[in-house]
Amino acid sequence: MTIEKPWQRWLLRITLFIAMMILVVPGAWVVLTAFRPNVEVMARPPVWIPEVWTLDNFLGIFGLLPDRQQGLPVERYFINSLVISLTSTVVAILVGMMGGYAFARYRFKGKGALFLSFMLSRTVPGVALSLPLFILWSKVGLIDTKFGLILVYMAINIPFTIWLTDGFFRQIPADLSEAAQIDGCTRWQAFWKVEFPLARSGLASAGIFAFLTAWNEFALASQLTRTTASKTMPVGLMDFTAQFTVDWTGMSAMAVLIIIPALILTFIVQKHLIAGLTFGGVKG
Amino acid sequence: MKFFRSPQATPYLLLLPAIIVILAVVLVPLLVSFWTSFTSYNLVRPDSLYNFVGLRNYRRLIGNDDFWWAFGRTVVFITIALNLEMLLGLGLALLVNRITWGQRTLRTIMMFPMMFSPILVGFQFKYLFNDSVGLVNNALFALNLIDKPIPWLVNGWLANFSIIVAEMWMSTSIFAILLMAGLLAMPKEPIEAAKVDGCNAIQVFRHITLPFLMPFIWIAMTIRSLDVARAYDMVKIMTNGGPAGRTELIWTLMTRTGYQNAQMGMANAMGYISILLSIAFTIMFYRNLTKARVFMGGAQ
Repeated sequence: MTIEKPWQRWLLRITLFIAMMILVVPGAWVVLTAFRPNVEVMARPPVWIPEVWTLDNFLGIFGLLPDRQQGLPVERYFINSLVISLTSTVVAILVGMMGGYAFARYRFKGKGALFLSFMLSRTVPGVALSLPLFILWSKVGLIDTKFGLILVYMAINIPFTIWLTDGFFRQIPADLSEAAQIDGCTRWQAFWKVEFPLARSGLASAGIFAFLTAWNEFALASQLTRTTASKTMPVGLMDFTAQFTVDWTGMSAMAVLIIIPALILTFIVQKHLIAGLTFGGVKG
Repeated sequence: MKFFRSPQATPYLLLLPAIIVILAVVLVPLLVSFWTSFTSYNLVRPDSLYNFVGLRNYRRLIGNDDFWWAFGRTVVFITIALNLEMLLGLGLALLVNRITWGQRTLRTIMMFPMMFSPILVGFQFKYLFNDSVGLVNNALFALNLIDKPIPWLVNGWLANFSIIVAEMWMSTSIFAILLMAGLLAMPKEPIEAAKVDGCNAIQVFRHITLPFLMPFIWIAMTIRSLDVARAYDMVKIMTNGGPAGRTELIWTLMTRTGYQNAQMGMANAMGYISILLSIAFTIMFYRNLTKARVFMGGAQ
C-alpha cells in the first residue's frame, strides 16, 4: 500500500465514523426508546439521551404494570416464534444438507434442471405465495397452526440451504471421503466422520440464515396466523398500531425482544457468516 | 423397487424430502393460484372458486391504471434501491478494507442492520420519520434547518423517498459484507505488480479490483433480488401504500385486493405477474453472474 498523507488518513476515519453512525443510530434510537418513559418521547425540545431509564415499557407489554391494562401475550408470541424458527431451521438444514450433498457428489440425470427448479422456487416472493397458501391451508386445516408455518419456512429455506451446502461440499476434496472408504469406512461413516465436520462452519452459516429468515418473516405469518396458538413476534408487533397512533415505547420494547435472539446468534457465528456467503455462492 | 436399491438411486433419494416439501408448499399452491387467477374467486363466496372466467382478471388488470402505477413504481423502486445499495456497499467495503486496526469490530458493526427484520425496519423508520416525535425532524429542528415539521410519510414524494432510505439502511450492509468477503479473498500480487508498473489508485481499482469483484457484485444482486419483495413488510408498516396510493407497490396492492376487497382471483393474477417480475430479475442477475464467473477460473 502506498503511504498516505495524514489528511487522507483523517478523511478516511471521519468518513468511516459517519458511515458507522448512519448504520447504528436508527437501530440504537429504537433501543434507547425502549428504556425511556413515554413523556420523553413526546417531549419538546427532544430528550436525546434518556434522562430517566425505566423498564416499565417491558413490564407494560407483559401486562405487569398495575395501572396499565395493555398487556399482550408476548411470551406466547416469543415461544411460538422460537418453536417455529428452530424447528424449521433444523429440518431445513438436514433436508438441505442431503440435497446439497447429492448435488455436490453425484452425477445424475436432470441434475441441472433440478438445481434450477430449486432456485426458481426461491424466487417466488413470500407475499405472492401467501394468497394461494391461505386458500390451500384453510382447505387442509393448517391455518393458525405452528405446523403450518414450520412447513412454509422449511420450504423457503431449503433451496438456499441446498445452494450453500452444495458450495461447501464441493470445496471438500472427494479424495478425503474416498480415502476413508478405502480404510474401511462405509460411505455413511465417511460422511459423518470426514465430510460433515469439515462442512460444519458452512452449515452454521446456512443455519443462521435459515433461522433469521424464519424469525423475521412477516408477510406469510401475518396471513397464516390468527391467534396466540401460532402468532409470531413480527405479527405481534402489529398489535401496537391502532388506526392512527402507535404506542412507540411499547413497540420499541417489543422490538428489542425481537432483536436480542438475532443479535446473539449472529455474533456467535459472524466469523463463519462471511465465508459462508462467498464460497457457497460464487463458486457454486 | 429394484431401482431404489441401486447406487444410481442415491442422489434421488437424498433429494426426495426436499422435492416433496417444495412440491407441497410451493408448486401445489402455485397451481391452485394459477387456477384461481382464471376464476372470479371471492373470499366471501367460497363456491366462486369454481366459476371460470377465462382471462377476465388479466384483461381487467391490463386496463387498470392503479395496477400499472404500482407495477412501474415497483420496478423503479427495485432498480433505484438495488443500484444505490450496491454503490454504497462497495464504497463501505473499500473504506473498511483500508482500515487495518479494528477491522473486525467495524465488520461486526456493519452487520447490525442485517439483524433487523424488515417489519421492524418499517416500524423503526415510521418512528424516525414521524412528523411530531421523529428523530429526523427533531434533529432538523435542533440544527435550525426547518421551522415547521416536514411531513415525511404524508407527502407522496417524501414518502417514497423515506421508503427508499429505509430499504437502503436495511440492505446496504448486505452488499458491503459480500463485497468485503470478495476483497478479503483477493490476491495481493496483481495489485503490487500494477503499482510497480506505475498505475495510480483509480487505475488499479478500475482494471484489477473491480473485475475481480464483479462476480461478488452479481452474487449480491442475485441474493438480494431473491428477496426483493421484502419491501412489502416495510411499506405495509410505513405508509400502507398511502398517501392516496402514492407508495403502493405491486405486493401491497395485491394483498389489499386479496384480503380487504376479498377478490382472490384478481389478486392471484397480480401475484403471477409479480412472480414473473421476480423471476426476471433473478435470471438477469444470475446470467451476469455466470458470465462474470468465467473470468475467475478455478472451480466452476
